[in-house]
Amino acid sequence: MEKINFNEKKKLYILFRITGAILVIMLAASLIMCMLDLPGLFSPEHPGENVVAERYIESGIEETGAVNFVAGMILDYRAFDTFGESNVLFAATICVMVLLLVQNPDSKKSSSKSYYDELKDEKEIEPRLVKNDVILKTIAKFAVPFILMFGVYVILNGHLSPGGGFSGGAIVGSGFILASVAFGFDKMERFLNKKSAGIITFVSLMIYCLAKSYSFFTGANHLESGIPLGTPGDILSSGLILILNICVGLVVACTMYSFFSLMRRGKI
Amino acid sequence: MPEQIYNHYNDIVAALLFVIGFSNLLFQKNLIKKIIGLNIMDVAIYLLLASQGYISGRLAPILTDGIENAATYINPIPSGLVLTGIVVSVSVTALMLSMTIRLYRKYKTLDLDEILIKVRQDRNK
Repeated sequence: MEKINFNEKKKLYILFRITGAILVIMLAASLIMCMLDLPGLFSPEHPGENVVAERYIESGIEETGAVNFVAGMILDYRAFDTFGESNVLFAATICVMVLLLVQNPDSKKSSSKSYYDELKDEKEIEPRLVKNDVILKTIAKFAVPFILMFGVYVILNGHLSPGGGFSGGAIVGSGFILASVAFGFDKMERFLNKKSAGIITFVSLMIYCLAKSYSFFTGANHLESGIPLGTPGDILSSGLILILNICVGLVVACTMYSFFSLMRRGKI
Repeated sequence: MPEQIYNHYNDIVAALLFVIGFSNLLFQKNLIKKIIGLNIMDVAIYLLLASQGYISGRLAPILTDGIENAATYINPIPSGLVLTGIVVSVSVTALMLSMTIRLYRKYKTLDLDEILIKVRQDRNK
């Protein structure tokens, strides 16, 4: 390795800053030039406003039964896209588990323990938890049920109102996170641990996969489910969309909670 | 020119946010701040997509009063694309944060320059 002395290093650093600033300014200028060529502010002459969007809105009710056109779009017309998104979340969970659950090869003395087990006790990970924060616990007692209820409402009403699997799942997951911060991971572990989170995620993805992937074999045309669409606007309507929303919501809730748990204490 | 800029202020704000995030990514040494920069870039993309899909005077794409006319509602496709973007951004952020945790455990610092120096020292050993 060649040795770069301090002065040269400083020069290189200044050069990096100057080139970086020039690059950033050029990027900003070129982006703004491109933006000025786009159609104007909220104008209806947008190229994206074409026959596809028209079709989604004008025949969405008959074909999907969903009052919320976005839910009808992402869970019926573009269901594979959403399946891919759920799988991206699943893959991200697996990657985070691979990165954080693996043992540290340097510390041979405690080969069977993870990094966080080497810390003396839970005090170092979660000082507040041991301190029994009264304010947090009291607020969480009131807030967590309502957060979970609201999340379930957003998931179940995904085809009728704004929301759906992803946003509702994120709300439920944040409710889990608040509960685990306030009452400790031990109490959450009773019903959401590594095994149950894995089973919930796997079963949800499997139901989604089975419900939609048969159309690969039928020519990948319109995805007929055979379930009656019902009256648009009812909670039990729009065929498979409700089921798929629940699946996506479960996957997202488990993923959010396991991200938090893995990063906070190194295990689910 | 000022009128043209006013006509595109949403896009220009998105471009500036994107550039702010990019310069964070480029100039910050702290890994967490780099990740925050990447998230600001994501937010710029959502802003661009959502504002491209919006058409003034139209309703949100949820059936209202039984009107099934495409000229009544805004374009639902950018909303779906923003959803995809959010999911991917969450996954990428989680992945980067866990990699940062690993790096911090090994080198006990978040400064990228110090990490690179320590990596080089380890290699020369």
